[in-house]
Amino acid sequence: MTTTGRCAPATDALVFDYLLRLADSDIVLAQRLGEWVGKGPVLEEDIAQTNVGLDLLGQGRLWLAYAGEVEARIAPRGRDENELAFLRDGSEYRNLLLVEQPNGSYADTLARQFLYDHWHLLALDALTCSRDERIAAIAAKAVKEVRYHVERSSGWIVRLGDGTEQSHERMQRAIDALWMYTGEMFAADATEEALAAAGIAAGVTLLREPWRKAVGGVLADATLALPADGWMQGAHGRGGRQGAHSEHLGHLLAVMQSLPRSMPDARW
Amino acid sequence: MSTGTEWPLWEVFIRSQHGLAHKHVGSLHAPDAAMAIRNARDVYTRRNEGVSIWVARSADLHASSPDERDALFDPAGDKVYRHPTFFPMPDEVKHL
Amino acid sequence: MYAQMVDTGQSRLAGLAELSPEERAFQSRIDADVKIEPRDDMPEAYRRTLIRQIQQHAHSEVVGMLPEGNWITRAPSLQRKATLMAKVQDEAGHGLYLYCAAETLGVSRDRMIEDLHAGKVRYSSIFNYPTLTWADIGTIGWLVDGAAIMNQIPLCRCSFGPYARAMIRVCKEESFHQRQGFDILMTLCRGTAAQKAMAQDALDRWWWPSLMMFGPPDAESVHSAQSARWKIKLLSNDELRQRFVDQTVPQADYLGLTMPDPELRWNDARGHYDFGEIDWQEFHEVLKGHGPCNHDRMATRIKAWEDGAWVREAALAHAAKRAARQREAA
Repeated sequence: MTTTGRCAPATDALVFDYLLRLADSDIVLAQRLGEWVGKGPVLEEDIAQTNVGLDLLGQGRLWLAYAGEVEARIAPRGRDENELAFLRDGSEYRNLLLVEQPNGSYADTLARQFLYDHWHLLALDALTCSRDERIAAIAAKAVKEVRYHVERSSGWIVRLGDGTEQSHERMQRAIDALWMYTGEMFAADATEEALAAAGIAAGVTLLREPWRKAVGGVLADATLALPADGWMQGAHGRGGRQGAHSEHLGHLLAVMQSLPRSMPDARW
Repeated sequence: MSTGTEWPLWEVFIRSQHGLAHKHVGSLHAPDAAMAIRNARDVYTRRNEGVSIWVARSADLHASSPDERDALFDPAGDKVYRHPTFFPMPDEVKHL
Repeated sequence: MYAQMVDTGQSRLAGLAELSPEERAFQSRIDADVKIEPRDDMPEAYRRTLIRQIQQHAHSEVVGMLPEGNWITRAPSLQRKATLMAKVQDEAGHGLYLYCAAETLGVSRDRMIEDLHAGKVRYSSIFNYPTLTWADIGTIGWLVDGAAIMNQIPLCRCSFGPYARAMIRVCKEESFHQRQGFDILMTLCRGTAAQKAMAQDALDRWWWPSLMMFGPPDAESVHSAQSARWKIKLLSNDELRQRFVDQTVPQADYLGLTMPDPELRWNDARGHYDFGEIDWQEFHEVLKGHGPCNHDRMATRIKAWEDGAWVREAALAHAAKRAARQREAA
């Protein structure tokens, strides 16, 4: 392993897979937030949430562009961002299960955002020290945006958790329902273990405690209970990052990919 | 009939770059000051318009009345000696 | 336009001699291009007309998010998706600036939204047409935003300060909208035969409704003369419509698209394009609620508003709790 950002071919395959993981969670969550545009609870919030979606979409594109470059080292050619986004099937998507969950109510959407944002910030923060310089550079740009996302979603969790009786109940239910998807974020498989050992990927198992502390602190401020850890979906070697998804991703991709797939020879 | 859940109105002031004063750019609704600042960031600085934000509850702003316009502002109209151009200077005198 | 057929509360234009001394004083300020500010004295009819016009304009921006929002999830490339999201987000911003301008006249945003949902206030007829293909997104940017800009640039000089200032901000942001639309169409028209056909089909469906955006012919516009005198309408419906046609036809030629109007031709004597008769019955039916999407658009807006009520309420409740705690701690 060198520190110059150029890896051995065997590592390149792992890096490609890892970059898709980072990209796909951003793209899928941005797609979900795109469903909200024009339907938010108040204009100011519509605008604010769309900014988060645009940030994630931008980050996803940076990861995909780099993934295409890495792919070119290990395959006859590397795919561009649109081929990767629009022409991969669900089983080839590498996003976390959490982000593909449907929007539901505003409480569900904010709970999903909040749980992801805190993980996302810790992961990106670790990646700013990646030995892969490109990864470190993208993470350094993204981490500033995500710091704002964390502040925004945490603020909302507190407002809704400690708002009215009804909002408290909805918020608690939303957190409880999504909790089973949080374990996956901290379960490293062989790919991530190898890349973390090489100093390229974030060691996600190390992020678990800081995440619990941060999330727990906000939930306490919000007068919400930290759910008990039960069985965690996708945290046992077969989950979103291995291409094993919930039913929801297929529908999301069917909508998102419909046009490029129906006119494969077209450019847009 | 109003539902009674309308967020209060805030006035937003943005400083566009170092050295310039905050300038009123518009208003928005927010439940509290912290969210007013965040909303102002998202609503009024999407195109790099600002480096600093002030917000104030619209209800807390006090304004001069249009009825007093003449009394307040007309008296300044004839104080021409306050302006440097009132004092012609010879061309050969520099740095004045 | 975005504010079509704004009712001024007048059945005819009053002669100057019929105006009260206050109204005459007000009119002379308008004539001298003095901007009217919210706390200034103003005739009640001016205030009511402005509230109606600005809120129609605001509602149009907000309802206008829906036809384009319909394609955010299906935008065919990541770049197009980002651009479209940013564009629809801008429209939320424009609605917000406009609501704020109307609020300076003493009407709350919630009240305006309730009036929209109750069907008491209109929004532009154009947003009651469906977006069926991706080419519709390009066509809306090109034609609908093009028509809007044409109307909004003169409004930057209108007599009411907050409205003029909102328009300046809107126009600054709007120019990217029209270009992104034209860029989508250029790509389609240079693309496959199927893409080109998609673009032509979209133009066929949107051309006439776009011309209707400017409102009924001047001869039938009873309120326009009063609005013009107040300088809250600076160019007539027919003037703006003609300008729009003259500007747009060469752009269609550039794209290699055919306008769906056999009577459209250059008139050398007039120095303008002549064009065919607009189906005003369709226009009035759409305004009355009989357009293809009137029902869906309102249902979507009302659902979003009602679904969001508990969120707005909780945020207020939290702010009150926090303020109470701070008072106790002090």
